[in-house]
Amino acid sequence: MPEQTPSQTVGPYFAYGLVPESYGRPGIAGGRIGDERSPGERIVVTGRVIDGAGNPVIDSLVEVWQADAEGRYDHPADGRGADFHGFARVGTDGSGAFRIETIKPGQVAGADARPQAPHLNVTVFARGLPDHAYTRIYFGDEAEANAADMVLNLVEPARRGTLVARREDTAGGPVYRFDIHLQGDAETVFFDA
Amino acid sequence: MKPNTEYTRRDWSSHPPYIVPDYKSTLLRGPTKPLVPLPHGLSELTGPVFGHDSVGPLDHDLTRNGVRNGEPLGERIIVTGRVMDEAGRPVPHSLIEVWQANAAGRYIHRWDQHDAPLDPNFFGGGRTVTDAEGRYRFVTIKPGAYPWGNHHNAWRPNHIHFSLFGPSFVTRLVTQMYFPGDPLLAFDPIYQGIPEKSRERLVSRFSLDVTEPMQALGYEFDIVLRGPRATPTHED
Repeated sequence: MPEQTPSQTVGPYFAYGLVPESYGRPGIAGGRIGDERSPGERIVVTGRVIDGAGNPVIDSLVEVWQADAEGRYDHPADGRGADFHGFARVGTDGSGAFRIETIKPGQVAGADARPQAPHLNVTVFARGLPDHAYTRIYFGDEAEANAADMVLNLVEPARRGTLVARREDTAGGPVYRFDIHLQGDAETVFFDA
Repeated sequence: MKPNTEYTRRDWSSHPPYIVPDYKSTLLRGPTKPLVPLPHGLSELTGPVFGHDSVGPLDHDLTRNGVRNGEPLGERIIVTGRVMDEAGRPVPHSLIEVWQANAAGRYIHRWDQHDAPLDPNFFGGGRTVTDAEGRYRFVTIKPGAYPWGNHHNAWRPNHIHFSLFGPSFVTRLVTQMYFPGDPLLAFDPIYQGIPEKSRERLVSRFSLDVTEPMQALGYEFDIVLRGPRATPTHED
């Protein structure tokens, strides 16, 4: 039986390969999911990627995969037909920040078939990460759903907060803030997915 | 709706650990706390799908997709192989993205300050989609070695970065392909950070069958992604 190909770091120079828009080439995905016709609540998810010394990680890549507002994924394993392709890919900027414009996802069934709290599935790549890191972004204004969420309940209570984005209502609409701490006291929970 | 399968797990005996002390950037970046095992539901069993509409006609040919006024410099090569899962089944119609340094070991990336020439006719990025049998093929220029600041006299071996999705969010893989016989592999903490038994999986094979007369040397590089495990989940 063939065995898994080992992972390697994305390195510092992935931008023109994976997010090549600033090099004048089309990319496969940017920082926006859905468009003005997509049903659901329009939101911005933003934050910084931070290392163990508290410094911004300016050369990381964040990918997001999510369900639409009805909790449907655009994938054959779902089969219900989603309203958009739920994938975004952005590099962090000079302050380690990423920004994704999207639609707040609906509830989707978990491995136990019960509804999960709305969440974004997130993959983090960076120079210095030999393997990518999986995490999830939950929403701070979904306290009831979060309390019942199967995956959040797998996490020790003291660390659950690292998976929950804080909502701020701004003139431009709701903004959810979510920093990704690769290490440190506030190290984000990462999953073996 | 209830998923009726799940994916094999990341085989941590095949992948590098998050912290490889000799690879200094890992020290402050690799997560230190144990990963939380995640059961597979729809969030994990689905993932972005990209097809032929995601690639242009020259995207697979890096010797042509960056040309402005002439041929790119360096040794022309063909890189081909099969993407499969752990049962040996092909992963068809799946996007592969690559990026690499030019023949002189210089990335076009605006942060790369290595004192080596940029090639005006080489961009260094490309894409393709596997065929029905999971096969892919790129035409490119053999990338050069380049220095990096990790330690005294640190040089990366020749390599091509590969990015693959596979059929779900959990089959995602970013890796690097190396070349057979490269003396720098023995000194490279990124390569040496891989468990010994799985290092060779990242070294391509020279192939005279893939090599084309008067045109390009051929290398084969197969990639194995996690596969579906036929384990039905129980009803509540």
